[in-house]
Amino acid sequence: MLKVERLTKTYRSAGTALTVLREVSFAIAPGATVAIVGPSGSGKTTLLGLCAGLDRPTSGTVSIAGEAIGGMDEDARALVRNAHVGFVFQNFQLIPTLTALENVLVPVELAGDSSRETEARELLARVGLGQRCDHYPVQLSGGEQQRVALARAFMNRPKILFCDEPTGNLDGDTAAAMVELIFGLNRERGTTLVLVTHDLELARKCQRIIRLKGGAVLSDELT
Amino acid sequence: MNFILKMAWRDSRASRRRLVLFSLSIVLGIAALTGIGSLGENLRRTVELQTKSLLGSDLAVTSRKPFDEAAMKYFRSVGGEISSEVALTTQLYFTKRPGERKLVQAVAMEGGFPFYGDAVTVPAGALAHLGDGHSAVLEETLFVQYDVQVGDEVRLGAGTFKVVGMLKKIPGDAAIVALFSPRVYVSSAGLAGTGLLKKDGFSRHRLHFKLPPATDAEALAKAMKEKFKNARVQFDTVEERKRQLGTTLKDIYSFLSLIGFVALFLGAVGVASAVHVYIRQKIATVAVLRCLGASGRTGFAIYLVQGIGLGVLGSLLGAALGVAVQFVLPAVLKDFLPFEVELFISWVSLAKGAAAGLVICVLFTLLPLLAVRRVSPLVALRSALGETTRLDPLTPVVYLAIALAVLGFAILQTGHWQTGLGFTLMMGLGFGLLGGMAKLVTWAAKRFVPRKPLTYVVRQGLANLHRPNNRTVLLLLSLGLGTFLMINLVLVRATILDKIMGVGAGARPNLMFFDVQDDQFPRLEKILRENGTPILVSAPIVTMRIESLKGHPVAELLKDETKVMSRTAGSAPGGPGGGGGAQLRMGSAREAAREARDSGRIPAWTLTREYRSSYRGELDETEKISSGEWIGRAVAGEARVPISVEEGLAKDLQVALGDEIVFDVQGVPVRTYVASLRAVEWQRMQHNFFVLFPEGVLESAPKTFAAAARAATPADSARAQQAVARELPGISAIDLALILQTFDGIFSKVAFVVTFMAGFTVLTGVVVLAGAILTGRFQRIRETVLLRTLGATRRQLMQIQLVEYAVLGVLATVTGGGLAVLGNALLAKFVFKTAVALPVPALLGSMAAAVVVTLVTGLLANRGVADHPPLEVLRQET
Repeated sequence: MLKVERLTKTYRSAGTALTVLREVSFAIAPGATVAIVGPSGSGKTTLLGLCAGLDRPTSGTVSIAGEAIGGMDEDARALVRNAHVGFVFQNFQLIPTLTALENVLVPVELAGDSSRETEARELLARVGLGQRCDHYPVQLSGGEQQRVALARAFMNRPKILFCDEPTGNLDGDTAAAMVELIFGLNRERGTTLVLVTHDLELARKCQRIIRLKGGAVLSDELT
Repeated sequence: MNFILKMAWRDSRASRRRLVLFSLSIVLGIAALTGIGSLGENLRRTVELQTKSLLGSDLAVTSRKPFDEAAMKYFRSVGGEISSEVALTTQLYFTKRPGERKLVQAVAMEGGFPFYGDAVTVPAGALAHLGDGHSAVLEETLFVQYDVQVGDEVRLGAGTFKVVGMLKKIPGDAAIVALFSPRVYVSSAGLAGTGLLKKDGFSRHRLHFKLPPATDAEALAKAMKEKFKNARVQFDTVEERKRQLGTTLKDIYSFLSLIGFVALFLGAVGVASAVHVYIRQKIATVAVLRCLGASGRTGFAIYLVQGIGLGVLGSLLGAALGVAVQFVLPAVLKDFLPFEVELFISWVSLAKGAAAGLVICVLFTLLPLLAVRRVSPLVALRSALGETTRLDPLTPVVYLAIALAVLGFAILQTGHWQTGLGFTLMMGLGFGLLGGMAKLVTWAAKRFVPRKPLTYVVRQGLANLHRPNNRTVLLLLSLGLGTFLMINLVLVRATILDKIMGVGAGARPNLMFFDVQDDQFPRLEKILRENGTPILVSAPIVTMRIESLKGHPVAELLKDETKVMSRTAGSAPGGPGGGGGAQLRMGSAREAAREARDSGRIPAWTLTREYRSSYRGELDETEKISSGEWIGRAVAGEARVPISVEEGLAKDLQVALGDEIVFDVQGVPVRTYVASLRAVEWQRMQHNFFVLFPEGVLESAPKTFAAAARAATPADSARAQQAVARELPGISAIDLALILQTFDGIFSKVAFVVTFMAGFTVLTGVVVLAGAILTGRFQRIRETVLLRTLGATRRQLMQIQLVEYAVLGVLATVTGGGLAVLGNALLAKFVFKTAVALPVPALLGSMAAAVVVTLVTGLLANRGVADHPPLEVLRQET
């Protein structure tokens, strides 16, 4: 489902080059659940961004569902994301001016499909927010916002779901409920899950853990 | 597409009030444009509807001399109906107000004029009761200015008349003519009884024709021009009048619409700066959309739709307000127009104004919107990655499109590409200078602000100028451009006022006497000295005509249509040499001269007119040698006399230094050559001349004198005039103080119109300023709350803002003020062709006012920021 080969990313800042990822390679099979862990600055978020096609690598290749996205321009990568990828961010990233329902509908409406409101409502009901469809993000708690984000991530029936510290901004109980939902939906829909986290307990719920340090893969092991 | 519209609508929910506020920036500009455009269309339509009443007849023929019998026979042979009119300029005395007088046109009319349109009098039909020779109908301004009542007695020369009615309107002349010299209608017998016709050289004889239905007035006028081309006869047809009126209206229209456009331009800058801030707040949303699969174009299109919506809303509101403006302007302008404006809503003009507003608004909105295309989806993960410093290749394209749109519009409005280009370049220069200044300030604030001895609040305020998300560029641009345009209006107003009001100021003459015969001059001098108004300047006047030009006899030149343009034959402007009065080179003569110059031909009137030239040893303060050498005394015995020619006339006559002109000085040929060209300030009401001779040539020729004196008070002036009128009745006197009052009256109306329209620009400036500061408030609210949370007092927060706004306000005002001074100088030199007026108190006052308005608006707009509970602010979408 996801194949990463010799991925390197270097940023240039104030005349100096900073390499945050070096020669990272791995492959993830369809339906697998993988956690990427490591200390701050180890390159986790950069790796996630490159895997999801949010950025271009300095060298190396990334393929999603068999499509090499490295050579694509930004708009072509956007099409790939819309077709195959779902996102859950640490800070929820809901669009503040849209209601919960409208936020969930964005991925399909972007693809030109306006007929799936019922499915969106069902998804919201599935994450426990059936009664909050018309609420704006500011009217929801952090946990509720993250559940809306999860419903949105599954709306376009993605082949792969990327989660960036999905429980990082949530309290213990809310985080536990959120984890249940992520893994539950993942199982139901057969989605591949790539999860970036500091939380080793959360990482252990995945089938495989890739540890990063200093921009390189320190270990890659099954749990 | 559906998603884009839907998303644009949904996304606007939380910001609609702000978007409406943004759109207000352009409302006033569009209102000004559509109002003026509609007015222009109304005027054009009204002119079309009322064409014939513009002239009151099909054809008017005017001469300075009575028409002889042969001419009358020819005119009668044309057929139709003829009405005759004799007019002369003289003083009107009011029996019940001894000592008061007014320069008027005494008019005697016979026949059925006006043939088209109506003369409106109170009581109605008063003009029909002039037959007894002792009745007069006075124009309304006289009733108002001198408290005249029907039944009062007035005197013209030796004739006493009873006022039988008030003239409110008559076809033929614009009401503005009446402000200079109001008309007094008497019968022919009444005019003859005044005794003025015999001795006056300034009578005007006019025939009005109502032609048979099938006659082509234009063709007939052409044939008459040919027949009378050597006589000083002027022909006026309805078409000609329409052309003249059209030119005048176009000038008013162009000037006003440029002011309107300035308001729109300023508003568009405001929209751009507001949208810039708005878009920065939308970057996270765009990044999320991109993560979810939206293309760069989709994100851009969503906010472009909002920008267009904003423009449409502003345009509609502006157009609606423009309709209201349209109803106000004609009331203000009515004194300039010879007819009532029939008001109707011009949908075409409304659409045009609104479209221009929309185009400008959208183009300016594009500038900040371009950034949306380049928002990386990575911003959803790391917000710090949102900034990109590379120049967007489309940015110069948008700037070019804006420049072309501004240029195209300015040319369209002014009708001259040079003026349009000048306007655009000045705007571009303003933009560039202010942008450069902003960069400099940002750089300097970062580099040179020392830690000591500045206090924390000063350092924080100065640091706000360069920190990320600073508003230095935007505020300097919008504040600076606004200040520039507003101060420029103040200065231009002063320049125009100075141009007109400079006359009579200080120790300049304010009382002028003409037609002083050689032998009368010593007596005039004595009378005036005795009355405390000594002569300050005097000039001899010798009449002459051109006999040959550069070796070609005038009669020969006039036959050659490739060299001479005859369309304007006889329609010379009232010459400045004609007695040395004020000369306003405008209207049809200016157009005709321009047309002749453009076609490379000499206007015929310059060859056929009677020149009233003078001679003197030194130049006057109102004239300056622009090329060649001023020779004040002719060398005895030289074959050719060195003369100085006014540069405008030299262009018309196509003569250069050294060229020969032979003048016929009352039967004696005088060979001259152009020794120098002079620039003359005609608008200064002094004796000025097209052609100046040196001393030692014309002294023995028959001549009259013009003299100018200065009366300290109106009482002195009246006493001196009465003494001259008593002892030297043939001498005409003009009291410039009265004319100045008239000018003041006219100018105050023009000033009102300009101020009214400039008010739109000023209001736009305030809206833009408030908008810019309010958007800044949204940006700064979080950090203010953080500072508050960390213990900053309300006073400290206010001081921080005060420092930032004070620096921006002062810099914007200084740069804007400098630009305004430059713009005013350029306008004075190239457009108004006058000396620059720099009213330092007004300039400093305006600049200080701009700084104060910036500070007050800034503090008011940020009022209450410190009252927000931190949690509320940190949770809300700002």
